[in-house]
Amino acid sequence: MSGIPISHILFLSTALFFIGMYGLFTRRNLITMLMAIELILNSVNINFVVFNKFLWPGKLDGIFFTIFIITIAAAEAAVAIAIIINLFRSHRSIDVEDATEMKW
Amino acid sequence: MIFEFYMTASQILFYVIAAFILGCGLLAMTTRKIFRSAIWLLFSLVGVSALYFWLQVEFIAAVQIVVYVGGIVVLIIFSVFLTQQSGTEMPKAPVKRTIASVFAVLFGFAFTYLLIYKNNFISGEGTFDAGISKIGNQMLTTGEQGFALPFEAVSILLLAAMIGCIVIAMKTSTNQAKGENEQAANTNKK
Repeated sequence: MSGIPISHILFLSTALFFIGMYGLFTRRNLITMLMAIELILNSVNINFVVFNKFLWPGKLDGIFFTIFIITIAAAEAAVAIAIIINLFRSHRSIDVEDATEMKW
Repeated sequence: MIFEFYMTASQILFYVIAAFILGCGLLAMTTRKIFRSAIWLLFSLVGVSALYFWLQVEFIAAVQIVVYVGGIVVLIIFSVFLTQQSGTEMPKAPVKRTIASVFAVLFGFAFTYLLIYKNNFISGEGTFDAGISKIGNQMLTTGEQGFALPFEAVSILLLAAMIGCIVIAMKTSTNQAKGENEQAANTNKK
């Protein structure tokens, strides 16, 4: 569309995905790890919309996948934050290194 | 001539939006103050919404702003305030881990982008129409190309998640709960 090849937009979404992966690897704080997951989900959404628009413009399947992913991301964030706050109540910390009771 | 300039402006706009998204995302993942990290994430998500506007899928752009910027980032900021001293810096990751993750991410990016670069994308025919009325009609159609069943499933999932959140976050004193259980067991015995 308008002179931008599809690979440039896919470059953007791939880069965003791996930035999120970097955050997931280096951070040990649960909230920042959740932020990394949000970035990854966003890059996937970009991919769905772009593939729908460029490769199958007659259908709307990618748009619907994006809508459902956004919904599930919202549910996931709400549940994750409830768990984080509960964990903070019992451990006084939300660092993943401090929550090791279930580690085998 | 004017048309040509318009094309270039659109291209420039795309590269500006892309740089904005990637820069803010990178800052969100590398800054050591958690509140700043949340704000950079907010800017990055606004940039993704701008990208959707650029792609002319206005409905998704609006949903992106409403749900991500208005919902998820606000939730994250709330939980930051509830659990952290937002002024303090987070501890640095060990150098070994940072180097290892940089290499892992760079190689992963290189391989993935190589695949994308080598792949020959064949654009389909047909006109793209993501109008809100078309999306709404298709969302509630049960027949061919209809998304009524996933829509219902996802709404039940959302309801279950919200109830689950309330149950998880509800404050119960463990002693009281234990006492009630024992009381119930005693009455059962009697």
